[in-house]
Amino acid sequence: MMKKCPVSALNTVLTALSGVAPLYLPVNGKGKDTRAKYTKYEDGMIYSTALNTVRSAKDFFFPQTENLVNFKVDGKNIEIIDPREEHEDFILFGVRACDYKSFDVLDRVFLSEPVDSYYASRRAHGIVFTMACTRPAETCFCTTFGIDPSEPQGDVSCYMTETDVYFDAKTEKGEVVLAKLGDLLADCEESTVNEQKELISSRMKALPLSSLSTEAFGGDKLDKLFDDPRWESLSESCLACGTCTYVCPTCQCYDIKDFDTGHGVCRFRCWDSCMYSEFTKMSAGQPRLTQMQRFRQRFMHKLVYYPANNDGLFSCVGCGRCLASCPISMNIVKVMKTLSEEAEDNGSK
Amino acid sequence: MQTVTRETLLDKASALLASGEVSRVLGWKKGEFAYDVTPAVFESAEEMEKDFVYDIFSGANFSKYLIKETAKEGKVLVFLKPCDSYSFNQLLTEHRFDREKVYAIGIPCDGMMDASTVKALAPEGLVSAERDGDNLVIHTLYDGDKILPYADNLPDRCRHCKSKKVVAYDEMLGENGDVVDSHRFDEVAELEAMSEDARFAFWQNELSRCIRCNACRDVCPACTCEKCVFDNPKSGVENKAISDSYEEKMFHIIRAFHVAGRCTDCGECSRVCPQNIPLHLLNRKFIYDIDRNYGDYMAGAEEGSRAPLVNYKTEDPEAADVLERGDK
Repeated sequence: MMKKCPVSALNTVLTALSGVAPLYLPVNGKGKDTRAKYTKYEDGMIYSTALNTVRSAKDFFFPQTENLVNFKVDGKNIEIIDPREEHEDFILFGVRACDYKSFDVLDRVFLSEPVDSYYASRRAHGIVFTMACTRPAETCFCTTFGIDPSEPQGDVSCYMTETDVYFDAKTEKGEVVLAKLGDLLADCEESTVNEQKELISSRMKALPLSSLSTEAFGGDKLDKLFDDPRWESLSESCLACGTCTYVCPTCQCYDIKDFDTGHGVCRFRCWDSCMYSEFTKMSAGQPRLTQMQRFRQRFMHKLVYYPANNDGLFSCVGCGRCLASCPISMNIVKVMKTLSEEAEDNGSK
Repeated sequence: MQTVTRETLLDKASALLASGEVSRVLGWKKGEFAYDVTPAVFESAEEMEKDFVYDIFSGANFSKYLIKETAKEGKVLVFLKPCDSYSFNQLLTEHRFDREKVYAIGIPCDGMMDASTVKALAPEGLVSAERDGDNLVIHTLYDGDKILPYADNLPDRCRHCKSKKVVAYDEMLGENGDVVDSHRFDEVAELEAMSEDARFAFWQNELSRCIRCNACRDVCPACTCEKCVFDNPKSGVENKAISDSYEEKMFHIIRAFHVAGRCTDCGECSRVCPQNIPLHLLNRKFIYDIDRNYGDYMAGAEEGSRAPLVNYKTEDPEAADVLERGDK
C-alpha cells in the first residue's frame, strides 16, 4: 500500500526516520559551495530537492578511503588488528534512480566471488529511499541505459509533488521501516502518483540527450572500437585529472597501500583513477603509457569490457555528473556520439 | 561587449591555415549544450567552420597546452585572452615551450562565464545561456528565461579581473585594454581580518571537500613539472588518499607555496574544481604578501622578469620587519 504525508510534515517524518537508524540525505552546502551533498540528518535540516548530489551515493558503500587492517609491531611480534567497526543500519534518503542503479553495477564487482566483506557489510546495512526525478536536468541520460526515473527502485521509492510526498515500499526492509513511522503516513492508492509518473516520462523524452543510443557499444565491440583513430582527438585536451572517475557513481577502481605508522603499518584502500599516470603501475611499469590509452580505458571499460563480463550491462547510469564537472567538458556523451557517427560513416554497425 | 566575434577569429585562422603560416589552431570546440566547450586542436578551416566556437564560455586558458603542441611539427595558432597571455609569458620565462612555433593572437575580454557559474544560477535544467548586451540570458527547462546583469554574475576570477591587457601577442585583434584594479585582494583582506579560529574554520570547511582529483594541479599553467612529486611513488609523499578530512590542506598549501611568485592569478584552479573550492584565494594571499613585502609584482606581466622570491635585493625586508607589521 502506498503511503503519503504532506510536504509540510516531511521534517517530522525525517526526524522519525532518523530515530529508526542514522539518516543521510541531500542538504544544500554551506560556504562557497551551496550545492547538495549527503549529510547526516539533524533536526531542522532541510531536504534538498536538487536533482543530484555533487558526490554520488556510492560513497556510503565504497568510501574514498578506508582502513582495511592494521599491523602493530612490538619487538619480534606482529599483532594484526581488524579496524572494522561493526556497521549499524543506516538510511539513505533521496537517492535518484541512476545512483540506485549504480549499486547494481558495483554489486557485480564487489559481491561476486571473492566477496568484498567491507562492501558487503555496508550494503547489508543500508536502507535506501529513492526519489523520482520530477525535474530531470539537461545532462540526464539514464533512459539510454534502460533506467526509468519515474519508477525508481530501492527499499522504498518516493515521489514528491508540490503538496505531498509519497512512499512506496518495494522490499521487506522498506516495509518494516515504513511501519515504524505509524500514523505519520496516511494510506493512499498507488494510482495517486500516476500523473507524476507520466509527467516524468514526458519530461525525459523532451531532454536533449534522450536519443543517445548504445547501439555502437557492447561486449562484442572490442575489435571495432579499440583502434578507432578518434580516440586521439577525443582525448587530446584531457588534463589527466581524476574528476570524472571520482564523481562517477560506478567507477570502482581502487589502490591498496601501506602507511608506515612508525610502530607498524596501516593498510588502507583508496579510490584510484585510470586517468592517473601511476594507475596499476607494476614492476614492469604502467601498462597504459599515453593519456589516450588511459582515456580510452575508462570509456572502453564502461561501454565494452564491463558489459562483456556482466550480461551486457553497461557501467554508466547516465547521471550526468561528469558532464557537469569535467574541466574540459569532455565526457561519455561526446565519446558515444563521436564513435557512433564513425560507425555510421563506415556503413556498418 | 565582445568586439571580436567568432567570425573574426574564424576568418583570421582560415587565412593563416591557408597561407601555411600555421598548421594547427588551438580553439574552443562546441559541445552538447551552451556551456560545455572543449579545448581542441583544429587542422583545417572546414573543421573550424563546423565546430569552432567563441562565446561567453570560451574561458579555458590554452597557454599550458602549448607545451604539448609546440613539441609537434609546424606552428600552432593560439588565441590569448588577457589572463592567458600572462600565463603565456610566465611559461616562456620558465623556458617551457618554443616561442618560434607559436603564432599568438591577442583578443580582448570582458569576462567569461563558466559551467559551474551558470549552473549555480539555474540549477534545474539549463537549456542554454548567452549574452545580450549587458545582460546574461539563461534559458531553463522548467522556469522559463532568467535575465541577469552579466558583469555582476561573472565567476570570481573575472569579477576581480587583474588586467584587460594582452601582454604577449604577434597580432592583436580588437582593442587592447589596460591593467585594472577590481579589488582582487579584498577577499584576502577579509580573511586576514578574521580571527585565527574563524580563518581555520573557513579553510577547513572549504578544503575538507577536496576529493584529490588533482584537476587544479593539472590545469595550472604554473604546474608544469614533468613528474609531480605527488605522482611519484618513490617520493614518499604520494597521496591518493585522504587520511583525514582536513589532510588535504597540506596538498593545497604546498601547491600554493610551489607556485608562489609564478602564479599569474588566472583562476583556472577554481574554475575546474569539481568541489567549488576557492583555491585561487590561497594563491592571491601569496601574491598579496609578495606585493607588500617586495613591491608590486605580477608574474607574467613581462617575459623574463625575475620574481622577487628568486631575486635577492639588499632592501628586501627582514623577517622581523614583517613580524612587527603584524601580517596575518
